[in-house]
Amino acid sequence: MNDLYAWVSIALITLAATTGDVLLAYSMKRVGDVGEIWKTNGLFAVVARILTTPTFFLGVLAMAVAFYSLLFGLSWGNLSLVVPASASLTFVGNALAAKIFLHERVGRRRWIAALLVAAGVALMAV
Amino acid sequence: MTFRKYLVLVGVTVFSTLGDSLLARGMKEFGGVSLHNFSGLLFAILNPWVSVGIVLLLAFFACYMSALSWADLTYVLPATSLSYVLVAVVARIRFHEQISPTRWLGIALIAAGVGFVAAGPSLTPSRRRHAHRENGQPEHDRAEALSQEAKP
Repeated sequence: MNDLYAWVSIALITLAATTGDVLLAYSMKRVGDVGEIWKTNGLFAVVARILTTPTFFLGVLAMAVAFYSLLFGLSWGNLSLVVPASASLTFVGNALAAKIFLHERVGRRRWIAALLVAAGVALMAV
Repeated sequence: MTFRKYLVLVGVTVFSTLGDSLLARGMKEFGGVSLHNFSGLLFAILNPWVSVGIVLLLAFFACYMSALSWADLTYVLPATSLSYVLVAVVARIRFHEQISPTRWLGIALIAAGVGFVAAGPSLTPSRRRHAHRENGQPEHDRAEALSQEAKP
């Protein structure tokens, strides 16, 4: 039963973290190159533009959900299963989500990179 | 990719590792938080390790947001995954933990993944971003993205 809860929390963490990353990436693309804005309009303009992007707060909210799911998961499963499994699945989930929702061109190079890192993270826990 | 942009990616990697380590160290000193003394969490930030850790994690978040503003998500995530390796190195040096052969293999795979993605373009043109540019976004970004994509 504890195993089931651990995997439920892993699914929750992966889903929330992927949603959060995609929303944050989407928001920052809408804001535009932060370095350029800072150079021309100053730091205050950067902060103002980020804080007036509604999807930014949705992204932060999703990240908070992921964090609490992690706490929930850690109370059921062990650290060495929940953390690497969710981190590893989030890498693959992000590659998929970025392709579908952000229309990033995830070519062969990036798929290989995402899978290598996901496998590496999983191995680090063994 | 300019030198400063690589510096921001290094910032993402280093700040997240250091922030997490300091937070972990501070919370160990602080002791376990149970549901009974949940309000104790508020006092945890008075611990110097925890407060410095939080400052570093804020720096991480700023660098991460900056990176996402000029690079693809599928570039930033693998490029900064060296933090997993950094954690292992810190654990090896600071706490003298042994690193098993499987962990070394994991480190090698992550390093290979980072090399793979970092050698490619950081920003790829997309349908959505094209639509944005028609609404008056600077044109040179697109030219830069296209020229970067043309590189092998």
